[in-house]
Amino acid sequence: MNAKAYALYLKDFRSEIRTRYAVNSLAMFVIVATSVILFSIGNETITQSLTAGLFWVVIFFSAMSGLSRAFVSEEERGTSLTLQLIAAPSTIFSGKLLFNIVLVFCMNIVITLLYSALFDGFVIKNLALFIAAFFFGNAGLAIASTIIAAIISKAGAKGTLYPVLSFPILLPLILTSVQLTLMSFEGASFIEAKFELAIIICYDVIMLTASYLLFDFVWKD
Amino acid sequence: MNNYFLHVKNISKFFGRRLIFKDMTFEINNNGIIGISGDNGSGKSTLVKIIAGITSPSSGEIVHQDRGKEIIPEKLHNYIGFVSPYLVLYEEFSAYENLSFFSNIRGIKLNIERADFLLEKLLLFKRKDDLVKTYSSGMKQRLKFIFALIHNPSLIILDEPTSNLDSSGKDTVYQLVENESKSNIIIIASNEQSDLNLCQREIKLQDFKLS
Repeated sequence: MNAKAYALYLKDFRSEIRTRYAVNSLAMFVIVATSVILFSIGNETITQSLTAGLFWVVIFFSAMSGLSRAFVSEEERGTSLTLQLIAAPSTIFSGKLLFNIVLVFCMNIVITLLYSALFDGFVIKNLALFIAAFFFGNAGLAIASTIIAAIISKAGAKGTLYPVLSFPILLPLILTSVQLTLMSFEGASFIEAKFELAIIICYDVIMLTASYLLFDFVWKD
Repeated sequence: MNNYFLHVKNISKFFGRRLIFKDMTFEINNNGIIGISGDNGSGKSTLVKIIAGITSPSSGEIVHQDRGKEIIPEKLHNYIGFVSPYLVLYEEFSAYENLSFFSNIRGIKLNIERADFLLEKLLLFKRKDDLVKTYSSGMKQRLKFIFALIHNPSLIILDEPTSNLDSSGKDTVYQLVENESKSNIIIIASNEQSDLNLCQREIKLQDFKLS
């Protein structure tokens, strides 16, 4: 991450404040999805494993509704060419990734607070493990979503393609994140969760490396 | 004095199975204005995009050199200024904000003196703090010239540079282009005779090759 990527992040941040391109759709999705889950549960008490699963379901679909904007908005407005003329591909990917990381963390902090307040089963017994799962899960989500957004931004049916393409790529991350979240609810130690933590860290590293290698080819016509 | 050298080596371009041009080779090593002309669909815009490094050729190679050293693709954008009707600037920002963001993303400090000079020259100074979405198409086209020239590029590529411009806008642009051509290489892709009249050398695209 260098100063140029940070400048691109600032540009996107200012643009987002003025256009509310991603934030509005993210906020609406989080509110609607959480409300639907609450209504469907009614007075039932759901298990901790179901709570952990529903938590990541909302995170996954919220990410699908907002994170593609980083590249899709540039493509739809026709400003991709402008970006190509002012920055190297690695700078563009870093800047967009930084923007998505900030967006995904803000979004998921809100989701976590909503779940803590509204779901009885959302009781974290090992906070450090939950934070680790939250951090690595969100980082992986942001990295994978950014490169997939770059790929689908050049395609025709962007809206449909994004979740379809994301699902198989994000599945290992989501499953591991659900497992780690559940372990944090059960109060498992880091030693007990070391296998899941190793998977999620490896996923992030592999995805980040592959994304930087791939982006050059995706970005150029 | 510009020490820029551009060598286009045997480039061909296909879109799917459709051939745009084949085995194109030429060199540009002197400052001045070079025109690229040809019928609609002959590949003028594709050729300038390939030269600018935005599009990849199907085969062949483009070599850019500055002071005898080859420029790596990662750094090429620092040497190139580009204007075209399909270039879009950020409409939610003002002209000044656009220029400031572009400079920061390039990793250079905005040269306020040069920005003001170009804004003044292209009659946008009074509107520099207005959002680009409030500009007319001609004003947006003039702003693209500032975008292309603000970082003092050695190779300036102008694809249909005078589209959307009125006659006074065209005169200003021609004057600017002639001034820049003293120290830089300028490539103009156009079918407008008044644009091509500025050129010291013309490359014609016809029947998938140079004529």
